[in-house]
Amino acid sequence: MAEMDTSSGGGHKKGPGVKKGKKLSTRVDLTPMVDLGFLLITFFIFTTTMSQATAMKLILPKDADKPEDQNKAKQSGVITILLGKDNNVFYYEGELTPNASNFQSSNFHDIREVLIKKKNSVSDIKDFVVILKPSDECTYKNVVDILDEMTINVCTRYALVDITDIESQLVAKSEAMAAAAPAN
Amino acid sequence: MGRAKLPRKSTSIDMTAMCDVAFLLLSFFILTTKFKPSEAIAVTIPKSVAAKVAPTKDIVQVIIDKDGKVFLEMDDEEVKETMANTLNTTKNMGLDVKAFKKAPFFGAPFGNLKSFLALPEDQRKGNLLPGIPVKDTANNELTEWMTLVRDAYQGKKPNLLLKGDNLAKFPAFKSVITAFKKNDFLKFQMVTSPEGVPVGTELWKKSQAGEKREE
Repeated sequence: MAEMDTSSGGGHKKGPGVKKGKKLSTRVDLTPMVDLGFLLITFFIFTTTMSQATAMKLILPKDADKPEDQNKAKQSGVITILLGKDNNVFYYEGELTPNASNFQSSNFHDIREVLIKKKNSVSDIKDFVVILKPSDECTYKNVVDILDEMTINVCTRYALVDITDIESQLVAKSEAMAAAAPAN
Repeated sequence: MGRAKLPRKSTSIDMTAMCDVAFLLLSFFILTTKFKPSEAIAVTIPKSVAAKVAPTKDIVQVIIDKDGKVFLEMDDEEVKETMANTLNTTKNMGLDVKAFKKAPFFGAPFGNLKSFLALPEDQRKGNLLPGIPVKDTANNELTEWMTLVRDAYQGKKPNLLLKGDNLAKFPAFKSVITAFKKNDFLKFQMVTSPEGVPVGTELWKKSQAGEKREE
């Protein structure tokens, strides 16, 4: 049905004095056009990103003016995570010792293990509190990543807290040490 | 011997109908695709496992670009009109209310706002604009902006969104949070692009068990 009539070309006879026009079929083979149509469909489907932006909720605590109003967390269940520059992560459990012996370094991949271990070691899950302290050097992505880590590991109690001077110095010092270490 | 003669059928099929279907589908897909609006401020958003779709109506969106410049984007024109009038009466800035109303986003210190609004819209590009000054903690202009927004919404809660670039440094983020906190905006949402939950984690187990996630 849909084919070009090519036979008519060879079939016409030249009558004396009569010039017959070539009779061409008007039917065109549409197969290539169908191919093209589906090719375009596939192209558009694959290049369209279906993803819509999602939103991550963050609820800020109201600033407590008086120190006695602040929430107290049990020392044994607290883990503090510090974010440094170049995706460095540091953490310590409980309170920071004066000689910073419990200050440990980590990265975004290993911090999950640390969190899970800490979470499982805490006797009462209500005491498990994560304190996040981003330093001035870390990026917005780092903060979102670590907040995401809270969601992934179902840590329900966490707080975003300003970094103290001592801690930022420690972060800077350990980063400098880490940078110097491969050179030796 | 009479042999039954099978009628010889052509193997070619009429492709017209199929072609119609193909192009119908093509036009359907093209017309239903919502194009991403070209953004004046280029921001690469981070990924997260959050699954809730970001709201698109009644938004007040604070954008932090990769240099830490802050912009404010709003969609409600009535609210913007109220804000412009408030600014004109309290600060006597003589702003063009109409231009303010139509502006999709704001990214200039209060002092330069008039010249910012005088710029044609296609020239308001994030990388050329100064942004709302937030770095100086004593003079965080975003705080004033948020106060304006809060007053203009008159108790209604707008959808407060924060859209930050991957490379934006934390101090910019912190000053935005401070501006939010000072105006009692304690709930906000961060715009991220979706990502699968890592296999084997607690959240993954929960979703496997069919538990609904609290947002």
